[in-house]
Amino acid sequence: MSVTYVDAIRDAQEKLLRDDPRVFLYGQDISKFGGAFKATKGLAEAFPGRVLDSPISEDAMIGMAVGAAIEGMRPIVEMQFADFSSIAFNQIVNQAATHFYRTGVPVPLTVRLPSGGTPGSGPFHSQSMEALYAHYPGLVVVTPATVSDAYHMLIESVELDDPVVYCEHKFLYRWLKAPRINGDNLPIGRARITRPGKHATVVTYSAMVHEAVRAAERLKEEGSWEIEVVDLRSVKPLDIDTVLASVARTGRLLALGEAFPWGGVTAEVVARVCADGFHLLDAPPKRLNSRDTPVPYHPKLWAAHRPTPESICIALRELLNF
Amino acid sequence: MLRSRLLENKLSSLYKAGKIVGGVYLGKGQEAVSASLGASLIKGRDIFAALIRDQAGRTAFGEPLIDCTRTYLGSVLGPMKGRDGNIHRGRPLDGMPAMISHLGAEVSVVAGMLVARRLKGELQGVVGATCVGDGATSTGAFHEGLNMAAVENLPMVVIVGNNQFAYSTPTDRQYACEDLVERAKGYGVGGHSVDGTDMLACTKVIGRAVQLAREGGGPQMVVARLLRLTGHGEHDDGSYVPQTLKAGHLGRDCLDVGEAQMVENGYASAEEVERWKTEFADEVQAAVAQAQQEPVPDPWHEVWHACSTQTGRGL
Repeated sequence: MSVTYVDAIRDAQEKLLRDDPRVFLYGQDISKFGGAFKATKGLAEAFPGRVLDSPISEDAMIGMAVGAAIEGMRPIVEMQFADFSSIAFNQIVNQAATHFYRTGVPVPLTVRLPSGGTPGSGPFHSQSMEALYAHYPGLVVVTPATVSDAYHMLIESVELDDPVVYCEHKFLYRWLKAPRINGDNLPIGRARITRPGKHATVVTYSAMVHEAVRAAERLKEEGSWEIEVVDLRSVKPLDIDTVLASVARTGRLLALGEAFPWGGVTAEVVARVCADGFHLLDAPPKRLNSRDTPVPYHPKLWAAHRPTPESICIALRELLNF
Repeated sequence: MLRSRLLENKLSSLYKAGKIVGGVYLGKGQEAVSASLGASLIKGRDIFAALIRDQAGRTAFGEPLIDCTRTYLGSVLGPMKGRDGNIHRGRPLDGMPAMISHLGAEVSVVAGMLVARRLKGELQGVVGATCVGDGATSTGAFHEGLNMAAVENLPMVVIVGNNQFAYSTPTDRQYACEDLVERAKGYGVGGHSVDGTDMLACTKVIGRAVQLAREGGGPQMVVARLLRLTGHGEHDDGSYVPQTLKAGHLGRDCLDVGEAQMVENGYASAEEVERWKTEFADEVQAAVAQAQQEPVPDPWHEVWHACSTQTGRGL
């Protein structure tokens, strides 16, 4: 028996519904249908009245969740695709994110964003929105890369008193499996050394953690290079201490992300390492992101649009040979 | 109505004297609608998401005057502690959510507060209300929120104060239907029209809409026709409002109409009304004087945290 990434998300919601009467789920097609990706399968039957289909109204869905959270509930809103959260942008960044600072009343809501690309998904079902939300004060933005993190971080997100943007990766839903959900979870805000190394550090998150590990394995076979992979786990808060400690060990940094290249999480990582750890660097830090075009539809174009183990290896070789 | 008009007149003076840090937005001409709503709601039970021109409704709902003067004058003791100003203030835990400037956004927030009450088994006899202007009815948030309230069959009242101008934009550039109340039917929402300059009519129609919602009739929308008797804010002289409109029926002052109605119907004597004016003016003066003596925020002692969760993890 194994647990997939999407099973972990479903199981976390089941546990939350079971343990906390304040939790309820709201989203499009999430009740009887079980959600576009089946992340809520069977939950409407198990928890009648607490798993509700919403109209196609992303703005109102988050506004509703803010109101419910103010009243002491713990809503989890499923965006069918992260891309559609652009309709809810105002309610997330202006209503939810500003609320505690303005009024002193916390807004404990969780928005699940099925993020990132899969082959054939195209420009409106593939976006990675984490940097947009991380830009705004008042939001916690998490990006789990493993089955166990998907489970534990969703539970912790709902337990947090603040609005959390939970970016789950669609590519990992069924592709990523684990024998079981393990108990060695870290708190939100702590990065993990996924793979230890000594010649270069790749700082990344979400699905790119797995591509980075593949690239690291190739470089080990190719030239006995030991590449350290740091999984940020949450992009806000960003665990810069763990990143700097890793760069101190390796002297080289590649910041890797699936989001578009302009600004964003990789830019933030490079900027912080340059500002706080310039003396640790033996080579100019590098960034690798998707290309600066909308996410393409055809699988061949899509595969070349996002970073791959090949393109990560090329970037790392340049870094190692500097 | 009277109390809030006197308060707002004072705010206008303070603004012109440069004593207020931000903008001042008055409800002059809209008090009958706003106060009727505030008075129809029950403080401690109902929810009232006041909007930009709702000082009268806030006062009628029971918001203390000092909340207003503290917020406008930036007192650190105000509900927003100087972190947000003027009409954005609220006390969310007391059923008064704090508005954001993006209009229409409060409709779904009130819906969410009602959904929460339902899930907690505390919805019985509760009403959630908010106000919007004709301009906000053009926003997606308004339509999404009203539709959601209808789908969830919530005890909600949405008042549309059709004051003929969204900032300077007249209604013929805002909507193309004959009357905004027609929209209610399209959402499966009860629709009501009222002359917003007529205090007794507002009390009756808005009171009935609140009652219908409270008794399980689902969401209700009231469209009140009136004219904003001031600029968009005190920085705006409203010179784009045609004289003919000001001179017509919509241009009459709901406060004058209300005073006359009080006396004509024997609810109060002219002397009583005059006495109220003196009493309320004193209350306003006291609230301003108190807020003016209070400390303003100190950047050095400000808690610069946007999240409530403060741990060593830098959240």
